[in-house]
Amino acid sequence: MSAGRGAGGSAGAGRHDGGTMSPPGATGPAGGRLADNIAYFARTLRAAGLPVGPGAVLDAVEAACAAGLGEREDFYWTLHAVFVTKREQHLVFDQAFRLFWRTRQLDERLIAMMSPTVPARPNPERPPLRRIEEALFAGIGERRAETAPPPRIEVDARLTVSADEVLRAKDFAQMSAAEIAEARRRIAALALPREWVRTRRLRPDPRGARLDLRASLRASLRVGGDLVALKRRGPAERLAPLVLLIDISGSMADYSRLMLHFAHALTEARRNVETFLFGTRLTRVTRALARRDPDEALETAGATARDWSGGTRIATSLAAFNRQWSRRVLGQGARVLLVSDGLERPAGEGPSLGFEMDRLHRSAARLIWLNPLLRYEGFEARAQGVKAMLPHVDDFRPIHNLASMEALVRALSGEGRDG
Amino acid sequence: MAQAVPHSIETTQALLAGQGYVADRALATVVFLALRMGRPLFLEGEAGVGKTEIAKVLAAGLGRRLIRLQCYEGLDLASAVYEWNYAAQMIAIRAAEASGTVDRERLVEDVFAERYLIRRPLLEALEPDAAGAPVLLIDELDRTDAAFEAFLLEVLSDFQVTIPELGTVRAPHRPIVLVTSNRTREVHDALKRRCLYHWVDYPDAARELAILRARLPGVPAKLSREVVAFVQAIRREDLFKAPGVAETLDWASALVELDAAALDPAVVGDTLGVLLKYQDDIARTDAGKVAALVKEARHAARAAG
Repeated sequence: MSAGRGAGGSAGAGRHDGGTMSPPGATGPAGGRLADNIAYFARTLRAAGLPVGPGAVLDAVEAACAAGLGEREDFYWTLHAVFVTKREQHLVFDQAFRLFWRTRQLDERLIAMMSPTVPARPNPERPPLRRIEEALFAGIGERRAETAPPPRIEVDARLTVSADEVLRAKDFAQMSAAEIAEARRRIAALALPREWVRTRRLRPDPRGARLDLRASLRASLRVGGDLVALKRRGPAERLAPLVLLIDISGSMADYSRLMLHFAHALTEARRNVETFLFGTRLTRVTRALARRDPDEALETAGATARDWSGGTRIATSLAAFNRQWSRRVLGQGARVLLVSDGLERPAGEGPSLGFEMDRLHRSAARLIWLNPLLRYEGFEARAQGVKAMLPHVDDFRPIHNLASMEALVRALSGEGRDG
Repeated sequence: MAQAVPHSIETTQALLAGQGYVADRALATVVFLALRMGRPLFLEGEAGVGKTEIAKVLAAGLGRRLIRLQCYEGLDLASAVYEWNYAAQMIAIRAAEASGTVDRERLVEDVFAERYLIRRPLLEALEPDAAGAPVLLIDELDRTDAAFEAFLLEVLSDFQVTIPELGTVRAPHRPIVLVTSNRTREVHDALKRRCLYHWVDYPDAARELAILRARLPGVPAKLSREVVAFVQAIRREDLFKAPGVAETLDWASALVELDAAALDPAVVGDTLGVLLKYQDDIARTDAGKVAALVKEARHAARAAG
């Protein structure tokens, strides 16, 4: 059981001691104040990050009228049914509800307006979430991302190859600020991977294997029913979903920034990309990277992950991914790109790296490990983490410069095409 | 006989309880609102927590017809909404040709008539029913693709379907729609916005015991308490897939079949496969852990009983 589930359960259970009030079903008229207060409450939820549109407010008023204002708990679940559309939102809603209707004591007054008696009730309180407090009382606090460490500046003096060749072959870690900017432009201009997978949905296809009776019949009726021109259908194709797991620990600092640019370019080009960052813990940044502007996207992603350039706990992060996310994002034949140097601290307590890699490998259609250390010709899998991970990957490639990134894109686009 | 929809949260809860479904207040509230507001109900939760069962129970309790659409990848119009009976149409065309009266307009009209239409679940749910609007269960929506979701969005907002050859079919009364998802992928927000949302969680010990008693009255009281306490304890373990209520019920009946009057580590070890469905989870729950969990469950059961 995850901690979130436990917290949600106890929050739900906490409502049961709400005591009894007047008999429910007292369907009061939709007083203007009720609607106003629900609208204010919706605004609070919106500020706390829940996607609450004006339609939901109307629905909530309608629902509140339908349910009648009986008990506080019923009012709670009525608004819950309308405003919450994801499980993760439960906790935010729970705290916002208690804080909002508590501070204003609106629920009591509303219920008092509709019912003859209002009993007193003890309230066990929990410390509210910071984001709710901010949404209610202060406005949302600005959190700024730590910027990546400044790149080392080095002069490349080779004159025999063109500047373009130099840039393509240059290690990301060795690039100057200007070169990084150029690399970013190149990444944005990459012809991104378009790996098609066959779906079970059918579409018209003159060389398809199956007969399309419906289209055949319609075509034949169009000419009077004498001539039957057989129409055919074949499987449609769509892009395979991509899941990126990017190591942002200290040893990967020179690469993770550009990998994020790569992730952003991928997210821009196609919809089904999920991105996760991990150092000591796992953070999902898919939403942040969906912003169009790359700088804004990276800054938001950076602010979301709190463990930049720290230690690495690959096994723990993968375990978190396997438990919380694999079943949700690895459906439909997803390809997983794991970007990490595999330098795991010696295993102590906690999950085993080999076990988690095995689990990940078996849940993903294809697992590709991208390791910047592979650029060294004499790279040997000597580190303990690398040894544990290597047996469980389908492909193992370097990712230290633009040329290797282009090679990856090629590998993802055509050659590895499967049916 | 069809019954009217319940008029309060209590009666909703009683209606579900009358069919052996033990719902908590939160679930009863959303079910009531869905019935009252005529909104689809979107139920999400782990496998085996009784999402599908709600639809069945609701249909039985209200005396309505249950129409089930099981989703899968590649689900298309022909298997979800309607299909023409091509073989019969072809024969009709041949017959018309044989009789020598081939009038193109007439032929099209004859061939695309209702008697050649094969109705699939979504269309069936929109047709009038003597027992009142049916319960439409759209099961495991996460298994299908975004294209079908978009189509469903249209159906669920207007409750009508257009068949080009026949015209528009509009539901006289909105069916009671329940959509379930195991969350193997995120369903689009636009669809969720049209529905009332509820996350169906694992039940707490008291409710799980009530469910067990309602569904399997033959299980001895002591064993039921221990089974529930054990399942509650094992859900707190670090498992890849925690057992759902369905597994609890299966396990309890398995233990009854084995004539177990109370839990003991040996029986639990032998029947662990009923409860845990992943080899990793079974391997992790070794004899020592089973013994510890059984001990904990006995203790909890004594405290509860």
